[in-house]
Amino acid sequence: MSNSNVKSMSEALYGKLEPKILLEIHHTMVKARSLEERLIKMSKGGEGFFWIGGPGEEAFNVPLGLQVKKGQGVSHDYLHLHYRSSGIMLAMGAEVIDTIRQMRTTSTDPYSRGRNFVNHYAIPEWNVLPVAPTIETQYSTCIGTAIAQARSKSDGITIVNGGDAGTAEGDFHSCLVWANRPALPLPVLMIVINNGFGISTPAREQHGEENISDWARVFKGMPSKTINGNDPVESWFAIQEAMKYIRTNRKPYLLEARASRLNGHSSSSGANRVSEPDCIKLFEEKLIKGKIASEDQLKKVWELIQRECDDAHAKVKQEPFPDGEDIWNGVFKEGLPSSYPKKGGS
Amino acid sequence: MANMAQAIRMALHYGEEHLGVKEIFGEDVGAPLGGVFTVTQGLKTAWNSPLDERGIVGAALGLAWAGSRPVAEIQFVDYIFNTIDLLKLCGNSLWCSAGKFPTPMVLMTPTGSGIHGSIYHSHSFDSIASKIHGMKVVCPSTPLDAYGLMISAIKDDNPVLFLKPKALLRAKGTELIPGEPSDERLLKEMIDAPIGDRSQWKPRWPALEDYAIPLGEAKISKGGSDATIVTHGRMAPICLEVANEFKAEGKGDVEVIDMRSLIPYDWNAITQSIRKTGRVLFVNEETEISNFGEHLIRRVIDEMFYELAVRPRILCGKAVPGIGLSPVLEFNSVPQKADVERSVSELLADPA
Repeated sequence: MSNSNVKSMSEALYGKLEPKILLEIHHTMVKARSLEERLIKMSKGGEGFFWIGGPGEEAFNVPLGLQVKKGQGVSHDYLHLHYRSSGIMLAMGAEVIDTIRQMRTTSTDPYSRGRNFVNHYAIPEWNVLPVAPTIETQYSTCIGTAIAQARSKSDGITIVNGGDAGTAEGDFHSCLVWANRPALPLPVLMIVINNGFGISTPAREQHGEENISDWARVFKGMPSKTINGNDPVESWFAIQEAMKYIRTNRKPYLLEARASRLNGHSSSSGANRVSEPDCIKLFEEKLIKGKIASEDQLKKVWELIQRECDDAHAKVKQEPFPDGEDIWNGVFKEGLPSSYPKKGGS
Repeated sequence: MANMAQAIRMALHYGEEHLGVKEIFGEDVGAPLGGVFTVTQGLKTAWNSPLDERGIVGAALGLAWAGSRPVAEIQFVDYIFNTIDLLKLCGNSLWCSAGKFPTPMVLMTPTGSGIHGSIYHSHSFDSIASKIHGMKVVCPSTPLDAYGLMISAIKDDNPVLFLKPKALLRAKGTELIPGEPSDERLLKEMIDAPIGDRSQWKPRWPALEDYAIPLGEAKISKGGSDATIVTHGRMAPICLEVANEFKAEGKGDVEVIDMRSLIPYDWNAITQSIRKTGRVLFVNEETEISNFGEHLIRRVIDEMFYELAVRPRILCGKAVPGIGLSPVLEFNSVPQKADVERSVSELLADPA
């Protein structure tokens, strides 16, 4: 297997996916986009604070989430995600209301109880490890779950994703080195979503690599690929191929997906829509052209999900914020010793 | 009697046999070396990792999340500084996930001065470690304490940073570890790898027993009524020796508290002793700006001001960028026995 240049293979591949799956992908992509747009609105309206998320990554993330072997423990897939992964989570079955809760920092936020930024998930029942606000550390922590899986007899794999800018960090190279140790190769799917920017800095000014996936080349036999992450069908089959390789061979695979970043880095840069290809719009054109869905049918999906977001948002507005004393919970598993200093000074 | 390196090794073996430890790893931790201080020699689950501290901490955290109870090593604490954001993730995983992701893992690393280690083999890390909230921090001063603290650290459901005082790793204990043979030559034959070819060597482990020292529990190394020393790690045996000599020479009866756990710390042991003596000296080898002992002094002032007979004192490392290789430089950078003697004399002489 070798690297391929970015070119759409979608025309040939569309016929290979069941219309039912194509429509499920579309439905979930719309859900992810609608959710993110709602979160941005909340951030701008003072309902919650910082926003960061994944508009533009839906075409890659949804097919990934739908193919995860979901569950708890080493025989299922572990996910070490970055903060643009709402499409993965929704595809796995997460509810929009829970992300809205995290945005509003309510005590009902199941991922962090009002402690963390939005899109920072933590779901032990699905092996979704706590999303860290730090850049690229997930490429170091994923080594551990992959070691546990390499020792097991299962076909569970570890999935890690992050952006292009973060690959300059040492953690990315730690992951490559550890995953390719001759002593114990690791079943890791290393994903890089390449949107061409690190906040405001263009990748072309900082990175001389032609493809980020080329990093795999220095490791003998490590497969890699660069794909068009704006196309859900091309993404589906690339993910399927990579997962199959890892589950069978218990070795790493590096997958680079070129994708749009439709609302900039985060609310810190305004979160306004930018002029880049919109994966949902492109997908809908293909669905209509291929007579898989009508324009009216797709419009109804947007309306249905809009109502779901409205209802969820309305419900969350009635929910309480955390109790201030909750800060003391979770410092240590067993609670704090009675003599632990709690005054915050004198 | 076992030395501290042998004691930790035996605790790790106990962990492999009885506590579910399946991964002990780090740079040169596996065969043939078994750790640069021989702490992991002969352990069946010990393996060598790449020379990558961030990868080591990340791997340990991931393994803990996967339900393992890993024990990882950073070869010297001087190399831990590039892992601080990962250490923070270890400490905050439970809190950030609202209690959903505990991280039962042990990270052990040799700390402190005393082996002529120059600038990058002499660091202390106590104060920075105490800032990684959510992580427990222990630092033994005797082989038996090292054994008991390691067993507790492995059992604990929180991340534990196990600081091994470099200067004490070869020091023999005065108390037998439960299950340890009383003949130390026999112990050496059983569990120390031979010099030269070790490819066929296998340890013969004694029948070790469970011995857990609760994390957060200090030890009164010597009782006393005239003054209190609060210390840990390399400074603990020095302080104990000084206190014993002062007693023998009739210069004062000094109580010595060996903290053993820095986080959480045994505030009750400290307050009870100060309530008795009214005089306290905190001793550690961390640098002065800023020092974990300063936190303890501030808390003593806040909560026990009217129970103090004299001002509380601290003896600690000088606030300079490194510890020089020349003994003259090292001895002038971190507290030595003579410094402890002087500080204790001044504390006892302070007019109430």
